Amino acid sequence: MIGSKVERKEDKKFLTGKGRYTADITLHNQSYAVFIRSPHARAKIKGIDTAKAKKASGVIDVLTGKDLADDKIGGLIAGWKIVSKDGTDMKCPAHPALATDTVNYVGDHVALVIAESLQEAKDAADLVNVDYKVLKAVANTGDAMNAEAIHEGIDKNLCFDWELGDKAKVDEAFSSADKVVEMDIVNNRLVPNAMEPRASIGDYNSSSDELTLYTTSQNPHLSRLVMSAFNALHPEHKFRIVAPDVGGGFGSKIYPYSEDVVIAWAAKRLQRPVKWVCERTESFLSDCHGRDHITKAAVAVKSDGTVTGLKVDTIANLGGYASLFATVTPTYLYGPLVLGLYNIPAAYCNVKAVYTNTAPVDAYRGAGRPEATYLIERIMDKAAKEMGMDRAEFRKKNFIKQFPHQQCLVHNIDSGDYDAHFDKALNLADYAGFEKRKAESAAKGKLRGIGFSTYIEACGIAPSAAVMSLGAGVGLWESAEIRFNPTGNISVFTGTHSHGQGHDTTFAQIVSDKLGVPVENIEIVHGDTDKGPFGMGTYGSRSLAVGGSAISKACDKIVEKGKAVAANMLEAKPEDIEFKDGEFIVPNTNKKKTMGEIAFACYLPGTYGEIKSPLPEGMEPGLKETAFYDPVNFSFPAGSHICEVEIDPTTGETKVDTYTCVDDFGNLINPMIVEGQIHGGLAQGIGQALYENAYYDETGQLVTASYMDYCMPRADNFPEFRIDYTCTPATSNPLGVKGCGEAGAIASPPAVMNAVVDAIGTEVTMPATAEKVWRALKDKKSAQKKAA
Amino acid sequence: MKLSLKVNGKKIEKEVDDNTLLVSFIRENLNLTGTHVGCDTSQCGSCVVHVNGKSVKSCAMFAVDANGSEVTTIEGLEKDGKLHPVQESFKKHHGLQCGYCTPGMVMSSIDLLKSHKNPTEEEIRKGLEGNICRCTGYQNIVASVKGAIGKV
Ligand code: FES
Ligand code: FES
Repeated sequence: MIGSKVERKEDKKFLTGKGRYTADITLHNQSYAVFIRSPHARAKIKGIDTAKAKKASGVIDVLTGKDLADDKIGGLIAGWKIVSKDGTDMKCPAHPALATDTVNYVGDHVALVIAESLQEAKDAADLVNVDYKVLKAVANTGDAMNAEAIHEGIDKNLCFDWELGDKAKVDEAFSSADKVVEMDIVNNRLVPNAMEPRASIGDYNSSSDELTLYTTSQNPHLSRLVMSAFNALHPEHKFRIVAPDVGGGFGSKIYPYSEDVVIAWAAKRLQRPVKWVCERTESFLSDCHGRDHITKAAVAVKSDGTVTGLKVDTIANLGGYASLFATVTPTYLYGPLVLGLYNIPAAYCNVKAVYTNTAPVDAYRGAGRPEATYLIERIMDKAAKEMGMDRAEFRKKNFIKQFPHQQCLVHNIDSGDYDAHFDKALNLADYAGFEKRKAESAAKGKLRGIGFSTYIEACGIAPSAAVMSLGAGVGLWESAEIRFNPTGNISVFTGTHSHGQGHDTTFAQIVSDKLGVPVENIEIVHGDTDKGPFGMGTYGSRSLAVGGSAISKACDKIVEKGKAVAANMLEAKPEDIEFKDGEFIVPNTNKKKTMGEIAFACYLPGTYGEIKSPLPEGMEPGLKETAFYDPVNFSFPAGSHICEVEIDPTTGETKVDTYTCVDDFGNLINPMIVEGQIHGGLAQGIGQALYENAYYDETGQLVTASYMDYCMPRADNFPEFRIDYTCTPATSNPLGVKGCGEAGAIASPPAVMNAVVDAIGTEVTMPATAEKVWRALKDKKSAQKKAA
Repeated sequence: MKLSLKVNGKKIEKEVDDNTLLVSFIRENLNLTGTHVGCDTSQCGSCVVHVNGKSVKSCAMFAVDANGSEVTTIEGLEKDGKLHPVQESFKKHHGLQCGYCTPGMVMSSIDLLKSHKNPTEEEIRKGLEGNICRCTGYQNIVASVKGAIGKV
């Protein structure tokens, strides 16, 4: 089972329209809610007049931040404390779920209208009169530190000024360098755009005092913990969060949003189900965005091409408030990774995180690692060119060659073979034949370029000891419970969540392999805090490495108990029993028991007349095991991607002609699902490089707030991707897996942009739209003319 | 007005407002929640259904305009417990991940395969241009359509 392309168990329901997403749920007596959102990027709220709206037809109530405060509902939190280089703690403004005094981005939450029907709620929303005093907005990442402070007491709009690395050592490397290569890098702002917009339904049962929230979440347990402990919404044991089928997340559904808090609270307050479904434009405005970095980077290079130092100075935009994972994304998920997979002995990374009047920025597919990879791969390209070296050779020269390898910043990389995947990719992409293809393109009047990108990620988030020492509020272990039913089928409960990743299948494959039970007889249960054990959810390519490992450990415990029972039944010693292919056998005899027989026996303790109990004396009946798994280290997937683009100089239009990747994800459980994860990541990364951009104008209005203005990649934007693998198993988890969910989004932006820049011979920022490329070519020409 | 039409082969007569969108009628009045809503500008294709055999974005059409027509939604494709060949092919080629775009993708793919008996890769990619998928990178959707050539 492990390693085979098993078709997905979950597909049939989705293919027949029987998926059950939050918006599909209708509760008896449900009411409908609409949020009043700020139309201004920055304003003082002078007053909110709800009187007219409250009287409108069908309106049940209109709630504001004052009501929320009266009910003592706490604000949203940033879950990871970052300490600035001067030793002070990061500065986070209060973040009430409904604004009371000020609004800080277009789409910020101001009030909630609840009515008998959606139409009535929408109509009444127009009658709510909010009196704003509009203030000058800070909308630009680069200007934020010089602008007026948007939050009282947060000087320069600076949340933290964080550093990592040995500055003195880096300065030394730069002063003894033969060449210093510098680069300005912008990582454009993106909107995650899961196809299912967010939605929440709150339901309160007054007789049992139970509060249920159905919501589009990647990790219901963590949401419940946060909403119980910090928002003081409801005690955890009486609070249930159900994340049913979730239509994609990519990070944007990790964290509880204001809407979750407000909808659950409203349902409790009104003692009536309240349903809210986000519209697309609303989700552009209010989902957390991703990326948005401005960076100055430099490398120190010796004349033989050895890179001896790396300096990184980044301004990261947090948006209007610090969202749950916002502070760890541009620090610990970013800083340590700027080294890429190179053996660079000295590095220093400084990150200033700023507030602006834009939507909060948080983890989006890759979270920090795409930003890190983009910068190192772009500057390695530039450095190779300035050194007059082949870009492929230059990279190979600087790869880490020996494992384990302690990097100069944080990570200790357990395994890898970077030459192996790079060479394989060069072959598969036919690097040797590039010049010929370039000439063919030129003959057609087209410009052809080739771009390389290599990456490592730190996945399997995360070893608790490591992350808590770095400021995390919780350790990021994972749990699993395996319940063998008396008739021999199995329910597996996991704290991770599947919203497209295919856990129902992959996890069942692991259990099937370990326990010898067919996949059809294994049910994976997730997404409901009332059913599964506490877990940390799905993000950071962690589900398999951490969640899968917990499942694997629980399976081991089942086998161990099974051996003891089998030994008792077969009159052998437990240590003599062997378990193979679902059977417990006494070697060199014909004595055996199947897994099913053992499971059944476990539920039949006690002696019946002549028949003695199958269970050894003192053993508890039943067959159910729980395991918690806390990884000993991160896992480090790595890979090499090569992109070839063809550009029409008359229009500036870029076509991705070929895309090749060779990744090392360690062992693969289901290669079909892995491939799907790569494809999806590539589309998002290529989307970032060529099409997508969340653009705020200087007044803080989001100009790209619909699919008319935000260019989503479509089927005809891509070639068929060529995919291959190498494998060095991870040593940090029992499955030897490394994680694959984010690789495509991490590796592809620099691969594409290095190809574009190679083709046009001048710099251009992401997204390299036709217009920008055309202009870059034009500017290059006029500069050349001037020079001549 | 009183709307009378066939949905998935069943005759339906229901009172609807003139401004009710077909997608709302399908999801809310008929409780067929397999048809999804992914945008508010008629650009994502999550809501595609067939009206008289042609794919239509049901968020861009009023229910009353479907009066007298035959509507097929994703729920109406399975016959006698057997998946439609395009559904089958999506399963075989891993043409779906989160499943949200899937109903629209499947409905559009069926229409595509009806109008192009033997489409090239380029025609498939162009043909699905009105449907956004954020999960699959489209490669396995294209493979799924290819896999169903000649079976529709
Ligand atoms: S819902 Fe997006 S096109 Fe209809
Ligand atoms: S499968 Fe998730 S949007 Fe297509």
